[in-house]
Amino acid sequence: MTASTLISPPPNQALRDARLIGGTVLALVAWFAIYWQLQPFSEWVVANLPIEQGSHLAEAIRFFVFDTPKVLMLLTLVVFAMGMVRSFFSPERTRAFLAGKRKGLGNIAAASLGIFTPFCSCSAVPLFVGFVSAGVPLGVTFSFLIAAPMINEVALGLLFALVGWKVALTYLVFGLTVAISSGWVIGRLHLESWLEQWVLDVRSGSVDLPVGHLTIADRIQAGIEALKDIVGRVWIWIIVGIAAGAFIHGYVPSDLLASIMGRDTWWSVPAAVLVGIPMYSNAAGIIPVVEALLGKGAALGTVLAFMMSVIALSLPEMIILRKVLSMKLIAVFVAIVGLGILAVGFLFNALFA
Amino acid sequence: MKQVKVLGSGCKRCVATAEMLEAQAARLGVPISIEKVTDYAAIAGYGIVSTPGVVIDGKVVHAGGLPKTDDVAEWLTAV
Repeated sequence: MTASTLISPPPNQALRDARLIGGTVLALVAWFAIYWQLQPFSEWVVANLPIEQGSHLAEAIRFFVFDTPKVLMLLTLVVFAMGMVRSFFSPERTRAFLAGKRKGLGNIAAASLGIFTPFCSCSAVPLFVGFVSAGVPLGVTFSFLIAAPMINEVALGLLFALVGWKVALTYLVFGLTVAISSGWVIGRLHLESWLEQWVLDVRSGSVDLPVGHLTIADRIQAGIEALKDIVGRVWIWIIVGIAAGAFIHGYVPSDLLASIMGRDTWWSVPAAVLVGIPMYSNAAGIIPVVEALLGKGAALGTVLAFMMSVIALSLPEMIILRKVLSMKLIAVFVAIVGLGILAVGFLFNALFA
Repeated sequence: MKQVKVLGSGCKRCVATAEMLEAQAARLGVPISIEKVTDYAAIAGYGIVSTPGVVIDGKVVHAGGLPKTDDVAEWLTAV
């Protein structure tokens, strides 16, 4: 290999890069053009259906016809943008940064990095083992592991677009608080001996990956790949979530929800957390439901507690984590995170009274 | 003969990565032997945190996500 091939990319690659960047700009313009037409389009569809206008069915259909393309398009944009941002982060680099960090500050750094570091629940186990064996404290690892799935671009982007920036910001702040404080508490309890024995025996080598220089075209490529991967996986959840939201929007009477999930019902927050644990959905599927529940007068704290519980505490993830954690440690994890979410729910309902 | 190891728990992308390595090796005429490492302790022992990982002749060259075709060709042809 000669030095010159490294410096100047071959001409066909330059052409490919230019095409990629141009195509991205065009796609963005088309995205905005289509997006502004969605509302009139859904009105038109419902107006032309042979059903009674203003009926429950018409309301449900309107919600579905408008929300499905809207949510899918927003998701596409958010995932693409975050895919580009995430190409600046990698779990290996995050780990190197967190290794040996003090508790407290380490928990804050871990939870914040959890937002940006690419994470998929299928690599939760190697990630956990890799962190712990490289000297990242257990509590700091947990802060990362709680924040990564709960506060991600999909959750924040969709909350921002569908429910408003205030709710998105509060979700971010309180999600971080739950991740930081739960990790801190777990760290204080010194539960290292509750890990499975083989995890403690792993001596991980440190790895020095060759860091390739990424061009803007490479980052666009990373965005497109994130898009294919994530949207390809979650679109079905979204359709199901929107259908559930449409049903709530059209058929569930407001009084019923306000009495069950309203502010004055003290048990609604714990009930929302408990109901959320066995449910498994990702942020994309749950947010249309959140939107519909809020529209029907459910209290914000209760709905956020429900959403955090569904996303952050799920049975499939616990089954995966059982490979590295003892049952006792999983129970502590669920209890602490559950309590944190509970506190967020109550606090919210009290604050936004 | 290059000793290639694909590290990963058998997720979809790990399988795709192994297939990609095989296809590129065949195209370039590089003889390789591929081994899939699925044991979590062994994977962590290589020092990676995200899968799939690729190890060539004992050296970790990749971690996390599908590798790029150009990179794969470069790993396989590097002396």
